Amino acid sequence: MLQDLLRTRDWLLADGATGTTLFAMGLTSGEAPELWNEAHPDRIRRLHQDFVSAGADIILTNSFGGTSRRLFLHNAQERVIELNRLAAQHARAVADAADHPVVVAGSVGPTGDLFAPLGALTEAEAVDIFAEQIEGLKAGGADLIWIETMSAVEEMRAAATAAARCGMDYVVTASFDTAGRTMMGITPEAMADATTSFTPAPHGIGCNCGVGASDLLVSVLGITAAKPDAIVIAKANCGIPQVRGGSIDYTGTPELMADYARLACDSGARIIGGCCGTTSEHLLAMRRALETHRRGDRPDTETLIARLGALASPPPREGATRRATRRSGA
Amino acid sequence: MADDDINLDALPDDELVTQMHDDLYDGLKDEITAGVDILLSRGWTPYRVLTEALVEGMRIVGVDFRDGILFVPEVLLSANAMKAGMAILKPLLAQTGAPKTGKMVIGTVKGDIHDIGKNLVAMMMEGAGFEVVDLGVNTDVDRYLAAIDEHQPDILGMSALLTTTMPYMKVVIEALKTKGIRDRIVVLVGGAPLNEEFSLSVGADAYCRDAAVAVETAKAFMARRSNQMSAG
Ligand code: B1M
Repeated sequence: MLQDLLRTRDWLLADGATGTTLFAMGLTSGEAPELWNEAHPDRIRRLHQDFVSAGADIILTNSFGGTSRRLFLHNAQERVIELNRLAAQHARAVADAADHPVVVAGSVGPTGDLFAPLGALTEAEAVDIFAEQIEGLKAGGADLIWIETMSAVEEMRAAATAAARCGMDYVVTASFDTAGRTMMGITPEAMADATTSFTPAPHGIGCNCGVGASDLLVSVLGITAAKPDAIVIAKANCGIPQVRGGSIDYTGTPELMADYARLACDSGARIIGGCCGTTSEHLLAMRRALETHRRGDRPDTETLIARLGALASPPPREGATRRATRRSGA
Repeated sequence: MADDDINLDALPDDELVTQMHDDLYDGLKDEITAGVDILLSRGWTPYRVLTEALVEGMRIVGVDFRDGILFVPEVLLSANAMKAGMAILKPLLAQTGAPKTGKMVIGTVKGDIHDIGKNLVAMMMEGAGFEVVDLGVNTDVDRYLAAIDEHQPDILGMSALLTTTMPYMKVVIEALKTKGIRDRIVVLVGGAPLNEEFSLSVGADAYCRDAAVAVETAKAFMARRSNQMSAG
């Protein structure tokens, strides 16, 4: 379904934020969003409906933390299949009732665990953990699996293997939030190299979340330069989270996100959406911007900064490298 | 040039300490425990080993992490090496007979599993003479309350690294108020996304930017507390 749409359209609009939108609907800190698939089906459907009404071609299920490892934090590790099935069913119902084709992407986020040898989780265990979640998403009617916000290659591979095992197509996006790399130190180029060599190959690769929209597009440029033929995904946060008093606000305006969408297109992304802080109002502005935009020249970092703001987590200054220690001799 | 055959025993104190900073940077656990043992055998106090060799070494790691030169895998190796060194020092710090500075219960809040920073704070607090009860990660309000009941600490420390979990601190503080014990305990909070304004808005006593600030702040509150007690 995704491939069909991509054959006829130059760009597709993915949705906005799930987590921060649910917080705005009353989710409280420490509560698992996935439990709302059961407790508040009306709100989950409204979340999807608002994005579809704003023009989303792809919606992500409310299942980001739906692995047993994440649900374990809420003592819901026994309910993986059920909660993921519900998540996919809600999105499916909204997609099927829409006036335009809408792809249901089953969101799969990180386990939150460190992989061996740094941590305890082995890749084989992780494949089983992801496969359980993906079975639930598949049962609920997801069109494909959307592996997102990843930072470790082992974890991306484990989720991709699990999707393949369940017979599902997948895409994979990483969070480049630390000086232009993922927190595990993976560059966009290295991520693109690694993921495009997974078998079967992903149907799209890219970036989501991270820090600001400028940072994210610098990563997109890295990926599109390394893999010019790949279908590239950009899903940026709506500006940068600011802690003001007791509340957390995102700095992005609809105008900024509209301009981000144009620049994402110019950077070579084919699938463009928003992440944390992106509301349906922002998404509508992005849809309008893309509809009237003609893909332009690839921007450089200076252009991105001039139009979207400074990098929130810039790469280290020129020449900064690991210290030379006596043993490493480096 | 790489030099694999460094004889730690043969190094004078200052060079050994520099070498330990390097070894922490490289995440070399065995070399760190060896270095700790050597310094102790040369008569260094456990506290001096902790601050000059280990904490200073981790500070350097922290700087390069902040500057985007080191990433999580390296920092975790360094933190593990530090932990190994700390395991030797901990019982000694307790024995040196230094009067206990105070008692702290600390944990990362519910929904959050980041613990590198919290562990550093716990280690530094122990180093400074506090008795620390570490509740680990994903701590819900009931576990905080039960631990406070059981251990009667002077200080409650909470850590959060996610913008989605930091508001949980307010849930815990409100529960302390409901139980009528908020005034009996000093609440210190920390974690990268927090700031002073946030800590006040959730009703904490203070925000601690890093582990060193946490120790200083905890000591200041303890001093104020004993003044109040002698005055009252
Ligand atoms: C008295 O009480 C006190 C006093 C002082 C206190 C205190 C308590 N607590 C801390 N302090 C203070 O003293 C300490 C020592 O000086 C300091 O502690 P810090 O913790 O600040 O500093 C530590 C020494 C070093 N810093 C750290 O250890 C955090 C580093 C970063 C890279 C980080 C790490 C390492 C990890 N992570 Co995560 N992780 C990131 C972090 C990005 C960054 N560059 O900061 C951050 C926090 N993570 C993030 C995310 C999103 C996540 N992580 C996740 C997982 C992980 C790992 C498991 C891979 C790993 C944690 C390993 C572990 N055992 O802790 C996931 C969450 C899992 C969960 N439910 O908690 C996941 C959700 C990933 C995902 N997409 O699923 C981001 C949060 C974004 C946000 N807006 O909230 C993040 C900022 C990265 C980013 N995107 O930029 C002070 O803050």
